[in-house]
Amino acid sequence: MTEESETMVWFKRVKEGINTPTEEKKETPEGLWYQCGKCAKVVTSEEHKSTHWVCSGCGYHERINSKEYFHILFDDNKYIEIAPNMTSGDPLKFTDTKKYIDRVADSIKKTGENDAASAAHGKIDGLDAVVVAMNFNFIGGSMGSVVGEKISRAIDHCLKYKKPLIIISKSGGARMMEAAFSLMQMAKTSAKLTLLAKAKLPYISLMTDPTTGGVTASFAMLGDVNIAEPGALIGFAGPRVVKETIKKDLPKGFQTAEFVLDQGFLDFIVERKDLKAKIAQTIKLFQN
Amino acid sequence: MITFLEFEKPLAELYEQLEKTKEIEVISGIDATPTIREFEKKIEETRKELYSNLTPWQKVLVSRHPERPYTLAYIDGMCDKGSFIELHGDRNVKDDKALVGGLASIDGESVMVIGHQKGINTKMRQYRNFGMPNPEGYRKALRLMKMAEKFDIPVICLIDTPGAYPGLEAEERGQGEAIARNLFEMTQLNVPVLCFIIGEGASGGALGIGVGDVVYMLEHAWYSVISPENCSTILWRSWDFKEKAAESMKLTADDMFKNKLIDGIIKEPIGGAHFKPEEAIHNVREAIVGSLKKLKKIKPEKRILQRIEKFSAMGVVVEK
Ligand SMILES: [Zn+2]
Repeated sequence: MTEESETMVWFKRVKEGINTPTEEKKETPEGLWYQCGKCAKVVTSEEHKSTHWVCSGCGYHERINSKEYFHILFDDNKYIEIAPNMTSGDPLKFTDTKKYIDRVADSIKKTGENDAASAAHGKIDGLDAVVVAMNFNFIGGSMGSVVGEKISRAIDHCLKYKKPLIIISKSGGARMMEAAFSLMQMAKTSAKLTLLAKAKLPYISLMTDPTTGGVTASFAMLGDVNIAEPGALIGFAGPRVVKETIKKDLPKGFQTAEFVLDQGFLDFIVERKDLKAKIAQTIKLFQN
Repeated sequence: MITFLEFEKPLAELYEQLEKTKEIEVISGIDATPTIREFEKKIEETRKELYSNLTPWQKVLVSRHPERPYTLAYIDGMCDKGSFIELHGDRNVKDDKALVGGLASIDGESVMVIGHQKGINTKMRQYRNFGMPNPEGYRKALRLMKMAEKFDIPVICLIDTPGAYPGLEAEERGQGEAIARNLFEMTQLNVPVLCFIIGEGASGGALGIGVGDVVYMLEHAWYSVISPENCSTILWRSWDFKEKAAESMKLTADDMFKNKLIDGIIKEPIGGAHFKPEEAIHNVREAIVGSLKKLKKIKPEKRILQRIEKFSAMGVVVEK
């Protein structure tokens, strides 16, 4: 894919409003402009991409999906996806206000992604690496069987070719329509990570906005190095639930990446512009 | 005083009639033995009828019955008399009262028993935080498991929680990290790990002590990613669909076993574990003794590999 055609795809996506929750951005009808949801600064979409989808005015890190992270991390945007065609089954034949299979089909159509996580291998600053990144716009980045299996396959690839693993979390937590199957993905991913650890292969966990629920309580918190993007919401229980529990307003900055760093659960916070270099440097130091 | 659940109304009525008959017998002096026998027979039949056709939501109610035996009752009933020594604290923050554990023996063999603990009355429910652990609870559990590993003692986990506590301090102290760490460490424990869902198995708070070589559910226990009430609130945007949610989630022992997400089901007495606790406890004890015998024969490395393979196989995906 040429740079130009890729940009065109990006424009189209922005226009369709699939890369960010609608309340956080506004586009011109042409989709050529991006307005920051925090400080209202307007830039061209081209400029926005060149700053890795970070606002040049206030530093707000816009929510982006797996393809954008692959673009940021992999050299020359070259990578091979692992099991790209994997989609969700419907083990429970689940229906709430809508059939789960329809919900999944609609999300595939809407997002152009097959589920809430994509995995790929390629080179980061010349180093072989495997990256799993989540798609928050796919049913809230929720973890169902596909997310678990993608991570499991990514780990298999790491083990086979002795590569480090990077997982970029962005998830509201469990995929409720898969109920206990969703829950067991926590055990599954954590169990597979023990194999990576035994093989002494580095695992870097990047938490982005938001990382909550079962994802936090499994692979996201299990990195050799746990890092986060600035301002990201990170927690087990969501802020609304915590607020209901304590029946008080939450302290300012509660559950932000900065707060979680201060509590001792992160190694460092990294801005997106430094992400690739920091990850590469960390891997190099591990590989000695 | 017997606590009746909402679906046990027919039972409650029969009990009431039985009591009345007994009163009349005393007042009138007329022998009512045949009537009393008949009521007792009717009660047994009704109980059997009700409990052999429980809906998923009714099972959720049974799993939360205030007289259902909790972890400490199991320990008391299934371990050798006087063998239990409770061990407290995570050596870091404090002792979590919602998650208990300690050393004991069963048939003379040492075990480390760990479990969620709910309170047995209003005062104790507060004290036990309704069986909802904070991070230090999970860290205490891990400390005890690692200790068991060191002395080559099998680990038994009894799961019964409405969830990990979603409080402010729990977040500050890393509830997510604590649970994640347990999932990771339990996977690699060198000793046999046996898990039993004895009541409520809600979400990560349950799974946080739930990675075992065998995972069994009691007949009327439930296990899922969220409670049916919260599932209803989130997916149907109303509390009113909890029964529908309970059904859709396939959270019963039967469904969990059919979906290969647990390894077996332990029978409860007719009327539920709360009706005859000693019978439920006995059944769990039997399962422990039987499983341990088998698991001890397997080499630790193989046991760990099988554990990993079992959890890795969970999930349903489609590949074109
Ligand atoms: Zn801005």
